[in-house]
Amino acid sequence: MTPKKRRRLAFAAALVLASGAVVALVLFALRDNVLYFYSPSDVFAKHVQTGVAFRIGGLVAPHSVSHGAGADIRFTVTDGKSAIPVTYRGVLPALFREGQGVVALGALDPAGTFAASEVLAKHDERYMPPEVVDALKRSGRWKEGR
Amino acid sequence: MTGEIGLLALCLALALAVVQAVSGLAGARADAALARSTASATATGLFVFVALSFGALVYAAVTDDFSIQNVANNSHTLKPLIYKISGVWGNHEGSMLLWVLVLSIYSAAVAVLRRGTERLTSAALGVQGLIAAAFILFILFTSNPFVRLDPAPFEGAGLNPLLQDFGLAVHPPMLYTGYVGLSAAFSYAAAALIAKERDWARAARPFMLAAWIALTLGIALGSWWAYYELGWGGFWFWDPVENASLMPWLIATALLHSALATERTGAFRSWSLLLAIAGFSLSLIGTFLVRSGVLSSVHSFASDPTRGLYILILIFVAIGGALALFAWRAPGLEEGTSFEPVSRETTLLLNNVFLTAAAATVFIGTLYPLVLDSLTGTKLSVGPPFFAITFSPIFGALLLLVPFGPRLGWHKGDWREALRTLAPAFGIAVVAMLAILLFTAPHTLTGAAMFGLAAWLLISSVIDLRRRRWLTASALASSLAHAGLAVTLIGIAGTTLWRSEALEVLHFGESMTIAGYDLRLDGVVGATGPNFRAARANVTVSRNGRTLAVMHPERRLFPAERQETVETAIRTTIFTDLYLALGDRRDDTTWTLRAYVNPLAPFIWLGAVVMALGGFASLWSRLRKTRAIPAAAAVPAE
Repeated sequence: MTPKKRRRLAFAAALVLASGAVVALVLFALRDNVLYFYSPSDVFAKHVQTGVAFRIGGLVAPHSVSHGAGADIRFTVTDGKSAIPVTYRGVLPALFREGQGVVALGALDPAGTFAASEVLAKHDERYMPPEVVDALKRSGRWKEGR
Repeated sequence: MTGEIGLLALCLALALAVVQAVSGLAGARADAALARSTASATATGLFVFVALSFGALVYAAVTDDFSIQNVANNSHTLKPLIYKISGVWGNHEGSMLLWVLVLSIYSAAVAVLRRGTERLTSAALGVQGLIAAAFILFILFTSNPFVRLDPAPFEGAGLNPLLQDFGLAVHPPMLYTGYVGLSAAFSYAAAALIAKERDWARAARPFMLAAWIALTLGIALGSWWAYYELGWGGFWFWDPVENASLMPWLIATALLHSALATERTGAFRSWSLLLAIAGFSLSLIGTFLVRSGVLSSVHSFASDPTRGLYILILIFVAIGGALALFAWRAPGLEEGTSFEPVSRETTLLLNNVFLTAAAATVFIGTLYPLVLDSLTGTKLSVGPPFFAITFSPIFGALLLLVPFGPRLGWHKGDWREALRTLAPAFGIAVVAMLAILLFTAPHTLTGAAMFGLAAWLLISSVIDLRRRRWLTASALASSLAHAGLAVTLIGIAGTTLWRSEALEVLHFGESMTIAGYDLRLDGVVGATGPNFRAARANVTVSRNGRTLAVMHPERRLFPAERQETVETAIRTTIFTDLYLALGDRRDDTTWTLRAYVNPLAPFIWLGAVVMALGGFASLWSRLRKTRAIPAAAAVPAE
């Protein structure tokens, strides 16, 4: 084998090994580390198990925000058809308001309450998380020109 | 008149870009001196007219000319001057104009510096002209910033308050200097294929370096902004927008290393070309992801299909065209001399394999949810755990390799010698790992490995410098860049290992403790700014009964934009950050206070600055060497 061929072979081998490693790592990571997005209706329709992390999105139901002990906060997320109670311990984002779109990250507890570890309500008040828009459209509660 | 002047200048710039493209490409022929001088002249002219157009938009924003829709939508009379200026690129239309402005600056620099042969420079200018023309057309057809409003409103709608911040005011120009700088490397690569020039990497290197420095600083600025402005205390979220700038950085880093081999020995010539193409393609894809709205969802793509579609077509033409050119012409470029398995070339090869693999995992993690959503409608997101599993081991392997590179010679290296000089660094790294495992709490294997790797990088960089008899700029460059990487790693490790977090509801006069600090909420008072009202907390920080500081985290309400922001208060000592964010108001005398202690956090951004300094050292040595080459007659001797 000429040095040139040998070099090409080494190059190809390194590339194959690397891409193999990437594929293996990615497949492994995708199996357990993706977060699905559900609307409140999805949560009931798909019988989401307790303890499985996912993202929930919808509108913060009017008059549903209340403070518990310490920094605990409770509110309800709704898509107009179904509603899920949410508990969260932390500081709500500056744009969190009743009637606004919100996306929360967490899991259901045995009582059927969504225990959120993170609440996102992004960037500006004209903005509605696209997943929330989609969830509202599917439940038929979306009004154009909001 | 301002708007019309800006628009006219942009139209003239389009004409110049077309002339530059045609004459530049024609100048790639051997006997076309006239075309070459035309291309150079138009490149300068392009810059002048784009700058004029951009200046017009800035002028309109500064003078509150609300008859221009873009200004009316994004500005307000009460907005401070600096944010009136930065507001120009705080929106889609203006930021695309900034994109073209930066492109025209690089284009003019290519014409003035004339780094390669005449034919290479000319072809590169031609490709730059093509890119400029495509983007100006994009602006004129889909994103005209000079559209008039009639009747003009008395007051503007204001700028998103999150953008009214110094970090984010300077972030986009810096990031674009990086993104768009990769277009120069791309243009030189394409020019090398068009003009069949082998020696392109040397000519393109200053532009690659400038782009890499700007990207490094731009990413660091973005991360710093997210850290202090969003109030979550984190510095990197693996958000798609962040990933969009990380991918080109990884590829640009790979390109800087492989081009080193291409320059010196001619090795990896085609591979470097491919990386230059990939780097700019990822910049374009990043622009597309951020600008078209597909990022948050594939569905909001429909909200402005023309823009997304135009950039998508542009991407396909640019990537497809460049790859076709590559497939056609690259086989004709001969490869350089061969090298032994133990040599600097091998370490550079592995460096490139790891960096591209790391970029690939980020690419998959960023685009997989988009592809899945458009194919099946399943909505999912890929968060930090995904990247921890895929990106981290690959990057860790890369860091283990880094110190060997500068130790091994070209063509054939002496691994015994390399191991001997690196032995102290290895020893110290092992000691550092053990120390973390034995003497700190909490300790994890990952955390210990991170500190071990950081010590390995840092000490080997120092050894590298000490071993040299003369301190050359290029030795300084690699040592600084690698040491900067170590410093950033130390910051990341310290923050992830030892951060403390506390969240409490406090009445006025009550205290909370975090990591030995006592935080007393003395009160929250009203305050006013130029265009906002604020609730400003007074928090007395003490440690062991001794008062250290009074800190003032705020929540600001911007009436024009009807939006609230969190202004964190951060007390930085070199080794740790005390970070306070004011939470929700419970009643008149009760507020939530969130506090973090982030050990070593300042190192994260300090490391990026050190890396950039390494880039500057390399750039400086390059530009100085140019003067010795007669071809660089355009650079006047001092």
